[in-house]
Amino acid sequence: MTCQPFSVVPEKGFFDHKKFFSLLDQKREGTIMIQLKQLSKTYGSKHKQTVALSDINVTIDRGEIFGIIGHSGAGKSTLLRSINLLERPTAGEVWIGDTNLTALSDVDLQGQRRKIGMIFQHFNLLSSATIFDNIAFPLRLVRTPKAEVEQKVDNLLKLVGLEEHRNKYPSQLSGGQKQRVGIARALANDPEVLLCDEATSALDPQTTQSILRLLLDINKQFGITIVLITHEMHVIQTICDTVAVIHDGRIVEQGPVTEVFLKPQHAVTRDFIREENESAELLDRLIASLPSNDHTEVVKINFLGTSTYQPILSEAVQATGVSFAILQGTIATMKDTPYGQLIVRFEGDKEAIAKTYEMLRTQVHELEVIG
Amino acid sequence: MILLSTGFDFSKIYWSEIWTATWDTLRMLFFSGIFTFIIGLPIGILLFMTARGNSVWSRMLYRVISFIVNILRSVPFVILMISIIPLTKLIVGTSIGVLGSIPPLVLAAAPFFARLVETSLREVDRGVIEAAEAMGASKGQIVGKVLLPESMPSLIAGITITIVTLVSYTAMSGLIGGGGLGDLAIRYGYQRYEMEIMVVAVILMIIIVQLIQVLGDILVKRFSRK
Repeated sequence: MTCQPFSVVPEKGFFDHKKFFSLLDQKREGTIMIQLKQLSKTYGSKHKQTVALSDINVTIDRGEIFGIIGHSGAGKSTLLRSINLLERPTAGEVWIGDTNLTALSDVDLQGQRRKIGMIFQHFNLLSSATIFDNIAFPLRLVRTPKAEVEQKVDNLLKLVGLEEHRNKYPSQLSGGQKQRVGIARALANDPEVLLCDEATSALDPQTTQSILRLLLDINKQFGITIVLITHEMHVIQTICDTVAVIHDGRIVEQGPVTEVFLKPQHAVTRDFIREENESAELLDRLIASLPSNDHTEVVKINFLGTSTYQPILSEAVQATGVSFAILQGTIATMKDTPYGQLIVRFEGDKEAIAKTYEMLRTQVHELEVIG
Repeated sequence: MILLSTGFDFSKIYWSEIWTATWDTLRMLFFSGIFTFIIGLPIGILLFMTARGNSVWSRMLYRVISFIVNILRSVPFVILMISIIPLTKLIVGTSIGVLGSIPPLVLAAAPFFARLVETSLREVDRGVIEAAEAMGASKGQIVGKVLLPESMPSLIAGITITIVTLVSYTAMSGLIGGGGLGDLAIRYGYQRYEMEIMVVAVILMIIIVQLIQVLGDILVKRFSRK
């Protein structure tokens, strides 16, 4: 079984990331799929250089779904393309498994690229070929016997649910269907890695969800490592295990999605999360408008894992006699992990409030006093 | 009817000469068309591939081929035809007749066709080429399995335009004894004032051009998938 940190449901509502990941680190040998070492890329002549990427260090585990988020022009597309060397980095190394791609000859690189599937924002299907022929394309590049091509393509058509469109041309399909063809084509050579270049950016919200679900299925079913770039936080939240935030060609933050999402460190990350959660600004205004005194305090409580669904807050206040009002709350899931965030205003005497915190801290993921 | 009323006398026409000339024109078109395709297509592909190449050598190669193509395209056909007579003799052994007209026709039309091929290939979606590269396709596979199939309708349109251009070139080759309908029209119409034959020859050339264009349009439609 491949390692998927966040399909693990933490026990007793308590989840210690640091411990978990240090354990994981020990087991890491042999589970690394992709490594980008000190990657940088500059364009242009000596006189006028544009830096697209600088000092990128990324390690992606086998079977992981790794998301790269950034605004347009941040360098995420260049970064994704340097994984299969469609864009050659100016410096640094790209390792896939035990192979240093940057050191390969053109012919060897072509061979390695066959093990890396890729899907695109605009699908990039051959308009002159049928759906069948499009999916068969990578197989025919390596002269796969005809019977095997037939069988494989039919299986892939079934996997992506497009059997009845076998002999149609791409122009006859909808955007979501075209992306399914793209996915089937990318899987034809049984790749270990799937690169997704803004794969859902040209699709409507419902189609986006169905494509994301398909990607998640593929990841679980075949253990394929997926690297995706996007500018939408909800894509990261829906399927990714790990996220890297890229800004001005640098990775400004990376870590488990749950960690980064609940406790963003960098301003850019906060922006992305704020875009998802429009009410953040509203909350700031609300807190400012409330009278504050020695007997009130506003806290942000993050729940993670099954603790999200436990009556932790009410049990704590019953014990300490503090009263509370919920100013804002979200409960959702990140990939398979439930999480919740409550903004709570406690009212009571100082010691009781402190005692409440103490009790809560043992059970919730995080508690932060914000006002 | 209009022609008859202007005093033309169609009884004076030598039909056997007209059929011979038509046949010559068709043969010239056929052979020069084939050689233009065989030579122009790879040059067009080379122009496209070298223009996108990253290395210094490929950009240099592009400039050289592009320069030669431009030169051949800027020389008027009549002058090109006369100036390469020694070369024509060297290649086919004669500079007159159907055979002697083919080298100059090809030399004039191939660079023209090569440019049309280059333009057609540029219209292929870059993303599709990138996808093929990402799947590990070699340069040859990208040409054979992506560029040519994807630009097929546009290439057929290019071939049609080239053959129509060749029709007017074959007419000029009459000047150096190339034979064909154009030759007939000039000899009878211009030199002997027998307008009837010139009119018939021109009408036949119009019919040939129309047929080529209609056939080309049908094929373009047949191969279009967008």
